[in-house]
Amino acid sequence: MRWLRKNLVVIAGLLTLAYMILPNIVVMVFSFNKPNGRFNYSWQRFSLDAWKDPCGVADMCESLSLSLQLAAWSTVGALVLGTMIAFALVRYRFRARGAINSLIFLPMAMPEVVMAASLLTLFLNMGIELGFWTVLIAHIMFCLSFVVTAVKARVMSMDPRLEEAARDLYAGPVQTFLRVTLPIAAPGIAAGALLAFALSFDDFIITNFNAGSTVTFPMFVWGSAQRGTPVQINVIGTAMFVLAVLMVVAGQIITNRRKKTATA
Amino acid sequence: MSTPTLTKEAPQPVAEPVLRKPSARKRLVPYWLLLPGIIWLLVFFALPLVYQASTSVQTGSLEQGFQVTWHFQTYWDAFTEYWPQFVRSLLYAGTATLLCLLLGYPLAYLIAFKAGRWRNLLLVLVIAPFFTSFLIRTLAWKTILADDSLVVDVLNALHVLDVTSWLGWTEGERVLATPMAVVCGLTYNFLPFMILPLYTSLERIDGRLHEAAQDLYATPATTFRKVTFPLSMPGVVSGTLLTFIPASGDYVNAELLGSTDTKMVGNVIQSQFLRVLDYPTAAALSFILMAIVLVMVTVYIRRAGTEDLV
Repeated sequence: MRWLRKNLVVIAGLLTLAYMILPNIVVMVFSFNKPNGRFNYSWQRFSLDAWKDPCGVADMCESLSLSLQLAAWSTVGALVLGTMIAFALVRYRFRARGAINSLIFLPMAMPEVVMAASLLTLFLNMGIELGFWTVLIAHIMFCLSFVVTAVKARVMSMDPRLEEAARDLYAGPVQTFLRVTLPIAAPGIAAGALLAFALSFDDFIITNFNAGSTVTFPMFVWGSAQRGTPVQINVIGTAMFVLAVLMVVAGQIITNRRKKTATA
Repeated sequence: MSTPTLTKEAPQPVAEPVLRKPSARKRLVPYWLLLPGIIWLLVFFALPLVYQASTSVQTGSLEQGFQVTWHFQTYWDAFTEYWPQFVRSLLYAGTATLLCLLLGYPLAYLIAFKAGRWRNLLLVLVIAPFFTSFLIRTLAWKTILADDSLVVDVLNALHVLDVTSWLGWTEGERVLATPMAVVCGLTYNFLPFMILPLYTSLERIDGRLHEAAQDLYATPATTFRKVTFPLSMPGVVSGTLLTFIPASGDYVNAELLGSTDTKMVGNVIQSQFLRVLDYPTAAALSFILMAIVLVMVTVYIRRAGTEDLV
């Protein structure tokens, strides 16, 4: 009993972790299922069919590639606009700073469905045809705030004297920015980019309202929940999960090596 | 990976930039930096809200077109017709937020103070599920909570379902298509948004404060109540906001895991906008939701009293 009381936090924490990982395990297991009928919700028997032919479902891989492109462009757009805003907010004192801070905070403090619906009324009123471009515009809009927050956090902890020093050593503004400012801000920018990519790739609600007949990957999954879920969806889900874990592990190894060489 | 916390200022001391005499051109630099992004937000975030406001006071039909007639009645009609969905949304989102806090706190605490060399691995395990599309993961709950699944059998054997059915959270021996399934899905979906801010604020706490509390003969429980928890308040506040706000507008969980009796206001807005094409009602509903959320958030931030929030 004493052991239990002492380790209560650990046990509760691990139970939460299990709750969080459980669906991923189910997705992984069911990627090897051979379903009876259209829906892949109950276990029938083991099969590698879906893994052998991941793009064997009509339109699925098209939607996947569309989502990847959208996420890439949204990341680029949000990153450029967001980093500029973050630098302006941290490095300069000017009027309207408070108002601008609120404008950036508000998209994060609003239910997604409200933004999605209001954006749709804009496009409808303007007579803009829904499709790739409207989705891209929407994704850049909602990723922007998150990028600003991530980059701001990093730039704020940055010592401006480093740039002063670079300038004193006769580095031009461009040189200072590229050789000093950017490398130091890089982790914040990378975090913002990762966040924007993940948010855009996974977004369903805003996309659903503003995509018209364009089908992104989350929309394909949504549709399949009504029409019948192909096992290939689980294959893609598993592959994404494994890829992400591998990327993080690789990143960890690289940083550890760097630390070792830095201290050696 | 940095966390999407809502806290405004990091506590690190910042050396103020040494100000040189600004020329007129230099003084314009921040405005040029801000311009593109702010225009984007004004045109695609603020302006749409204006359009939506105008849509909500229009009358007409899709065939004949809509005109602004300042017909505020739509708001009242929408609210009286759909108030059960509003109540349900707030109830479900509130319950899910509370559950996220109860489930997320131990894990965040574990990662921040007890994980040691496992810390990075645990963080990866918290973030990694993000990379499997959340719709796929939500669909997996259909398997987990299916009628003859292990989870439901166990809950049934432990007579948990008797209690929850009596409370109206489940129906008989079913979990899927009940309020409990929807809340379970919401809790699951937004847990990382609770854990990451909690973790960041816990991690910032100086370990020596715990030692000091112990030296002053505080029990672990007292230490938690008087030291750890108050210091983690910024994380609690931003975590609950990051969970409650999106959960209140969500319609994915209610659609995939619920039934017609568990529809939330997001489901109504979605169907009014995309299926019924009754734009004024849909716009009014989404404005009421926005107003409710903003008022609740403002009151909550005042009450919680964290100054470092926007």
